[in-house]
Amino acid sequence: MESLVASGIGILTGAGVYLLLRRRTLPVIVGLTLLSYGVNLFLFAMGRLTLDRPPILGDGVAAYTDPLPQALVLTAIVISFGMTALVVVLALRGYLDTGTDDVAIRQSDMVRDFGPQNLGHHPLDPQARRDAW
Amino acid sequence: MVNHWIIAPVVLPAMTAVALLFVPRGWMQARRAVSVASVVALSAICVVLWGMAQNGPQAYAVGDWPAPFGIVVVLDRLSALMLLAAAAIGLAAVLYAIIGWDRRGAHFHTLFHFQLLGINGAFLTGDVFNLFVFFEVLLIASYGLVLHGGGAWRLKSGFQYAAVNLIASTIFLFAVGLLYGVTGTLNMADLAVRVAALPAADHALLRVAALLLFIVFAVKCALVPFHWWLPSAYSAGSAPAVALFAVLTKVGAYAIIRMHTLVFADDAAGISGTLQELLVPAAAVTLALGAVGVFGSRSMLQLASYSTVASMGTLLLAAAGLGAAQISAALYYLLHSCLIGAALFLLVDLVAAGRGPVADRLLPEVPVPQALMLGGLFFLCGMAMVGMPPLSGFVGKVAILDGLRGSENAVLAWTVILAASLLLLVGFARAGSTVFWKAGTMALRSAGGRPEAMRPAPRRAGLVVALLLAGTAVLSAFGGPVLEATDATAAELLDRQLYIRAVAPAAFPPES
Repeated sequence: MESLVASGIGILTGAGVYLLLRRRTLPVIVGLTLLSYGVNLFLFAMGRLTLDRPPILGDGVAAYTDPLPQALVLTAIVISFGMTALVVVLALRGYLDTGTDDVAIRQSDMVRDFGPQNLGHHPLDPQARRDAW
Repeated sequence: MVNHWIIAPVVLPAMTAVALLFVPRGWMQARRAVSVASVVALSAICVVLWGMAQNGPQAYAVGDWPAPFGIVVVLDRLSALMLLAAAAIGLAAVLYAIIGWDRRGAHFHTLFHFQLLGINGAFLTGDVFNLFVFFEVLLIASYGLVLHGGGAWRLKSGFQYAAVNLIASTIFLFAVGLLYGVTGTLNMADLAVRVAALPAADHALLRVAALLLFIVFAVKCALVPFHWWLPSAYSAGSAPAVALFAVLTKVGAYAIIRMHTLVFADDAAGISGTLQELLVPAAAVTLALGAVGVFGSRSMLQLASYSTVASMGTLLLAAAGLGAAQISAALYYLLHSCLIGAALFLLVDLVAAGRGPVADRLLPEVPVPQALMLGGLFFLCGMAMVGMPPLSGFVGKVAILDGLRGSENAVLAWTVILAASLLLLVGFARAGSTVFWKAGTMALRSAGGRPEAMRPAPRRAGLVVALLLAGTAVLSAFGGPVLEATDATAAELLDRQLYIRAVAPAAFPPES
């Protein structure tokens, strides 16, 4: 069983890392998800692999499963779920606003607003930028 | 008597953040009042906690579950010092934000307080898994703050920033899992005891866990080769958010110092030696790269971002040895670097706002309104950042150079720090003279072709930057007492039995 779990973690992590290195947003997100699956399994295995035992220590219980990694995995799942949702929204908005799902930032995207108050000219408006020159 | 104040820096921002959600949409002034009042209260609490920390480390068991089974929050001099720095920067950032930045997107103040919650929690926690959780809290809030204001640049760099940090979080979990698998605990004080007693067969796994953790913290503090996310994220983010991010990079430095003085201080597994071998060259390259980046930057945002990278390089180069004098100097420099990093980003925002479409680019075409005030502030910022007297950058660099004297890396560190300072000096001088001295007389034209009246930046905004600079002046003027405080902090860190005893007086077996 050890080799099965270990190779499962290895395959998930390897596939995740491969996808992370792609330059479009969707594969990167899938890669992040696979990586978090890999790490969840890994955390689980760090409490040692035990079969069919309760995660409770009580009178007359000789063998038990370590409950702490299960709690850790639960927290990690919740956090990675929230993060994945956020990144998906970010990627979607990025695609809709710029027309490309490339993770790279183009020179033409690099315009931002400055100043504590909005000072009249809107820097995101290309017409205003051209006129100003 | 249990000291409940220790948990206050975590509870107060959490309650404020949630309370702010219930303030109706139109009540901007009410929202601002609550937010500022909360940060002021937080600052006061942090000052009180600094006073309490003088009596040695104290632990607070959340829910009264004894360590190592429950969650502990530990206050010692280091965490109190970091809390003070975070509160000071938070105060400046929120004062700048209420001038107008907070109107350009929803829930700025809520995200801001969640970020403070994460930062404070990371400084206080005495548990590695909770360190991960607080890292996530501060990161989730920081993703929101990077995006505040909207626009394609923020979306794209927000995605990159989130992706990089999610990978780092995954690596953090791998490290946490390994640590638990090897030692059976995640409480830092308990870890310190068990790591020292670990059989030699497990040393290899422990080293892997320690180095994975180091990678995570290196990503946070933008250490080469993990520095490349910082300029794009910090350039795209809105000014008050990025000012608060000045503390974010220091969270990584804090975590490195904490873990390697407490948990991995025992050298049986050879972790300290490996840390030195990795950290010294990486920090030196970070510093050099930051200085070259400042020298070659084409915009003021790049200048500010790369000077942040350079200051992280200086800080970690100083701290790498983990000697008392070195940690003390590094902590002094950390305080300075928080203040000046925040000041510089706020100032760039003000200057760029007055220059219209040229914005922050280092081009001499457009005159800067209020050139005297903004130019003067930029001059002072540059001096402090480079490390010229009389501001705190000078005292910090002298303390670092002095602390490194006699260490085995002294020659390398002195050379890199001094050469980088020269490069930074030239870079800042070039930027300042281009923007403020060579400024042309070309009038800005509005969309209709008419010359546009320059709108001066609000004086309050300049005042916030001046306040931060005054902070560095105070750090410099009271350099002696501050350095005594950091000396005491370093001495307390290196005597880790104090921390271990504070967390659990009798629960752990005594260290051999």
